Amino acid sequence: MDKQMDLLQGTLDMLILKAVSLGPLHGYGVLLRIQQISKDRLEIQQGSLYPALYRLEHQGWIASEWGESENKRKAKYYRLTPAGKRRLQTESEKWNRMADLIEGILGTTAEEV
Amino acid sequence: MDAELRFHLEAYAQDLVSGGVPRQEAMRRARIEFGGIERVKEEGREARGVNLVESLLQDLRYGASNMMRTPGFTAITVLTLALGIGATTAIFSAVNPILFQSLPYPDSGQIMMISDVRGDGSRLDVTFHTYREVLERSRSFEAVAVTKPWRPTLTSTTQPERSDGQRVSATYFRTLGISPALGRDFDLSDDQLNGPRVVILSDVLWKRRFAGDRTIVGRQVKLDDNLYTVIGVLPTAFENVLAPLAQLWSPLQYDTRNITSLQTREWGHHLRMVGRLRSGLGSEQLRRELDTIARNPVREFPRPAWASLELGLTADSLQHDVTENVRPALLAVLGAVLLVLIIACVNVTNLLLARGVRRRGEFALRAALGAGRRRLVQQLLTESLLLALMGGVVGLAVAQLGVRVLVALSPSELPRVGAIGVNGAVLAFALCVTTLIGLVVGLIPALRASRNEPQIGLQESSQRTAGGHQWARRALVVAEVALALVVLVSAGLLLRSLDHLFAIAPGLDPSHVLTMQMQASGRRFDDDSARYRFFAQALQAVRRVPGVKTAAFTSQLPLSGDLDGYGIQFEDDNSPNGDYAGFRYAVTPGYFEAMGIPLRRGRLLDEHDMADSPVAVLISESLATRKFPGRDPLGQRVRMGPDIGRLDRPWYTIVGVVGDVKQVSLAASDSDALYITTTHWSDVDNVQSLVVRARGDAGALAPAVRNAIWSVDKDQPVVHVATMDDLLASTAAERRFALTLFEAFALVALILAAAGIYGVLSGSVAERTREIGVRLALGASRKRILALVVREGMTLTVLGVSIGLVGAAAASQAIAAMLFGISPFDSVTYLGVIVLLAGVAVIACGIPAWRAMKVDPIVALRYE
Repeated sequence: MDKQMDLLQGTLDMLILKAVSLGPLHGYGVLLRIQQISKDRLEIQQGSLYPALYRLEHQGWIASEWGESENKRKAKYYRLTPAGKRRLQTESEKWNRMADLIEGILGTTAEEV
Repeated sequence: MDAELRFHLEAYAQDLVSGGVPRQEAMRRARIEFGGIERVKEEGREARGVNLVESLLQDLRYGASNMMRTPGFTAITVLTLALGIGATTAIFSAVNPILFQSLPYPDSGQIMMISDVRGDGSRLDVTFHTYREVLERSRSFEAVAVTKPWRPTLTSTTQPERSDGQRVSATYFRTLGISPALGRDFDLSDDQLNGPRVVILSDVLWKRRFAGDRTIVGRQVKLDDNLYTVIGVLPTAFENVLAPLAQLWSPLQYDTRNITSLQTREWGHHLRMVGRLRSGLGSEQLRRELDTIARNPVREFPRPAWASLELGLTADSLQHDVTENVRPALLAVLGAVLLVLIIACVNVTNLLLARGVRRRGEFALRAALGAGRRRLVQQLLTESLLLALMGGVVGLAVAQLGVRVLVALSPSELPRVGAIGVNGAVLAFALCVTTLIGLVVGLIPALRASRNEPQIGLQESSQRTAGGHQWARRALVVAEVALALVVLVSAGLLLRSLDHLFAIAPGLDPSHVLTMQMQASGRRFDDDSARYRFFAQALQAVRRVPGVKTAAFTSQLPLSGDLDGYGIQFEDDNSPNGDYAGFRYAVTPGYFEAMGIPLRRGRLLDEHDMADSPVAVLISESLATRKFPGRDPLGQRVRMGPDIGRLDRPWYTIVGVVGDVKQVSLAASDSDALYITTTHWSDVDNVQSLVVRARGDAGALAPAVRNAIWSVDKDQPVVHVATMDDLLASTAAERRFALTLFEAFALVALILAAAGIYGVLSGSVAERTREIGVRLALGASRKRILALVVREGMTLTVLGVSIGLVGAAAASQAIAAMLFGISPFDSVTYLGVIVLLAGVAVIACGIPAWRAMKVDPIVALRYE
């Protein structure tokens, strides 16, 4: 479980930031939204969600406040901060560059070496 | 966090329910998916990085409640720490002004003491003309001054009071960097021969004697029958390090001319010279310059033989001068108290380790729930810091008490006593020590307790064998015993030194002897005959007091700090300056009977010797044996004085030899002396000591004797009233002081070490209850169990003693300078201490061993 978390930690953060950027959400809502926008292909371990949320809040990318949920229950909502917006931007760019690079390497044919 | 997570669970479960799963099942699935709320919480907390302050507060609260739950443990720990921290802080406050702080003067590192040098290399006070030469020729000083003691009598309507003061050059206070708080400092014009009679007062005297009257400047006071004008008062904070008791200062007013007349006081060695270097100059440069001046005499400053400066001049920083005598003793005491502190810490560490073992279950649970090791260590360190802090606070109270005791017990020669107190620096020190101790003491137990071995902790029944985890506690106890041995041996050596010192015969019989010092002060005693008459009349009056057996005067009282020595020349000596020197005693007949000094040969001085007969003197046995080995000294001629090289000094005839008397101290061995009657010495001393042998209790006669003196002249001060026994006891005041401290530390160390042994053995027995039960059930006799426990305890003790012996040998080498009459490896002391420690250890083993014997095998085995 530890190993998995490490690998996914950076990407999980990015996914959470993206999910929240589309509108403020509570923890469960973030989970659902990620599932939704990944077209059900990605399922996050529930236990790793909240540590990630707290870490992102501690680092200042997201901010929280208590509010009321759809069924009139008290829930904590997270939204993206301006710093978080910039962070999401840079992280996505980095990810894209990394993806290009890896693709380039993996796509190298014998003659190009 | 709880609310948030609960919401999440609810929402998830709700979704499941709306998907058709029954509620119970839904909740169960939700929880499993979530993976253990506590774990998430813990991880969440860590990820959030609950800030340090919050987690510390949490730990503090937890620690505090823990402590209140175990009041006994807390009390012992806090008390032990308080003792250690308090003692160390108290000693530090005494040592700080002497060893670490600089003197209370601006830029005190630049203040130097300059002295002449004797033949044997020791220091000698300078003469006035030497001072003037250095003043003229040296370029290194910003200001330089000389000073000598002055004891004027302050006359008033009540009893005459003899005050302590100094005669100083006008530049004295400028050299120190101090200026008066009221009025003005001395001018150069005040310091001329026949200059005005002016005086500066200390703050203490001003407040005590003159009620802090601010109009004091310009008023006159009567000192030694003369009127002096007060020109200034010094600030409250002023500490006169050169003469701590001085309250009055007046200009020296020596004669700067007539450098060629050699019989003047300006050529006597009795001045202390102090100078302030220019900023930027160092002591090395000064020494080189002084060397140059000393080795190159100039025409303007001709020098006599006894102030030729051919051995050069020495210069030392004032700071060094003031503290060098007590430095070794203070360092030793500091070392001893640090050892006691370490022992106290070891004890507390052991206690914490034992408690850590009891809390194994608690920590294992927390670790299993996800608390990181760092978190546990943080909590345990917080707890130990809290304990240390409480110990520190109580310790400060102990320190306050300790400081008061220290100052009360301290010998009068302890420098800078006024600066000893719990001040800012001392508080800072206490805080540092407390924090350090909190961390050190808690570290090992914290590291041990937080080790991830949950299965050991959670299984309470794994008590089958005591463990390897006892070894830390045992090692610590061994260390404790070793350190306690070191302190005990040091104390023992000092104790035996003092015993040896007082076993030395002083050469006189101190029982039933009363002494006091008298002074003939004032203008009417300016000539010899008036002084002589006063003392003679006083002696007659004293002899008439009932209870007085014999009474006599002497110019120098042995073992009282009086010193007057000169060169001695025998008639058949070849060298002009004489190879002998000794103490001069100008006495009245009856002195030897009063003091109980035995006659060895010839006769004592009597009334006839007071008149103008050929001058008869007595010499001490040591002098007689050295100069006339195997021969008869009676009838030989001798002379004594500051300038025996001169041919016009009269010769004296030796008529008797008396036993040696210790003059400087019991430890010193110079007792060469010459006794002459008061009439025959070149002048009559104006300060003499009265010696009275009483029929009964000497102390009780004091008021009657004083009144007898005052019946002759009520204005003459009588000071230093003490029985000879008391005087003798006070000669070793410094040693006694160090010994008292060491004894206190040794006692504390012994108790702590015993407590440590007891603690470890108790713990061991408690843990091995089952094992003992098994042994008993298998047929072991109770005696064997007793032997088992005692053997465990004694093994630790023996180990500790062996290691401690090495430490003790090293430590006693370090305090060798403080010992007297015994070697640092004195076997009696070492053996005695070992026996003492072993005995105490046996007692400490006793109770746990007895408890082990009482174990009921049935109960013990049932534990499983």
